Amino acid sequence: MSIPGEWYLILAAALFILGALGLLVRRNVLVMFMCIELMLNAANLTFVTYSRMLGDIGGQVVVFFVLVVAAAEVVVGLGIVVAIFRRRASSSADDLNALKG
Amino acid sequence: MSAPMLAATVPDSLTFAISAAVILAGALGVITSRNAVHAALSLVMTLFGVAVLFIEQQASFLAAVQIIVYAGAIVVLFLFVIMFLGVDRRENVAEEPLRGQRPLAVLLVAVAMGGVIALGVSAHWATGAHAVAGSTTAGHHSNVYVLGKAVFTTYLFAFEATAALLVIAVVGAVVLAKRPRSGESRGEEPAGPEEPAVDGSSADDEGPGGPPALVGGGASVTGAADHGGAG
Repeated sequence: MSIPGEWYLILAAALFILGALGLLVRRNVLVMFMCIELMLNAANLTFVTYSRMLGDIGGQVVVFFVLVVAAAEVVVGLGIVVAIFRRRASSSADDLNALKG
Repeated sequence: MSAPMLAATVPDSLTFAISAAVILAGALGVITSRNAVHAALSLVMTLFGVAVLFIEQQASFLAAVQIIVYAGAIVVLFLFVIMFLGVDRRENVAEEPLRGQRPLAVLLVAVAMGGVIALGVSAHWATGAHAVAGSTTAGHHSNVYVLGKAVFTTYLFAFEATAALLVIAVVGAVVLAKRPRSGESRGEEPAGPEEPAVDGSSADDEGPGGPPALVGGGASVTGAADHGGAG
């Protein structure tokens, strides 16, 4: 008998809140992106766990699409970081105040 | 609390415990390391742990994709950008730009975690119909067979949409990362180049659309907008 799904769900919740905590407290844009990846992975783990608990392949298909969306998001996000860095020579979110009133 | 875990076999329990420790240690490493490269390597650790748990739950194809796409492509892209932007910039993690932000953040996520777990405990964790989109073990086929059949039949439209999404993302990344036409200095201030742009001597520095705006006389608005888009 394998590990019950509740443990996976608790672990995924812990991983998600660690990612959210990092996104809230860190200033480096790159590290903030990594924290978003942590949260996406927590969601993926939850989907796979529910897929196993309910015996439904749909959860794994959703994880497949989440991977694609994560790849696209990282590509565009890092392109934005590079474009910002070319202008401001800084990767800190605090320096992105060009729209400040 | 440990009673349901003891119901599992020893290898399963050990795999889960070690993977959970690796995942949480990697996540803590991401959010606490001062150097962005170390954060990226900690992220790889977490991704490997998640892949092991995918295998543990009979999602072997997703585990392979997790390693190939995440650890093989996304983290390498992260590392590439970190190296491109300079690795010597260390963030001073100890200083707190907004006073009271960190205790508030910890409080917020603690409330969120407690709320999620309380909801899960009170609502039997997983409720709903079983095997709506197809069983994970339909006819004792392999995971790749079942997943591929679901992707290419039930979810075919979404699959095609992800193809379009990827093409759009690639085009967007190329447009964003493209250097301006001729060497504009990096790190310039956004409001800086408006005055030099109108005197006509640096007209070839502008992208397409810049010179007609300069000829037209009302150069400051159009030229600045074009400049902001290209830079």
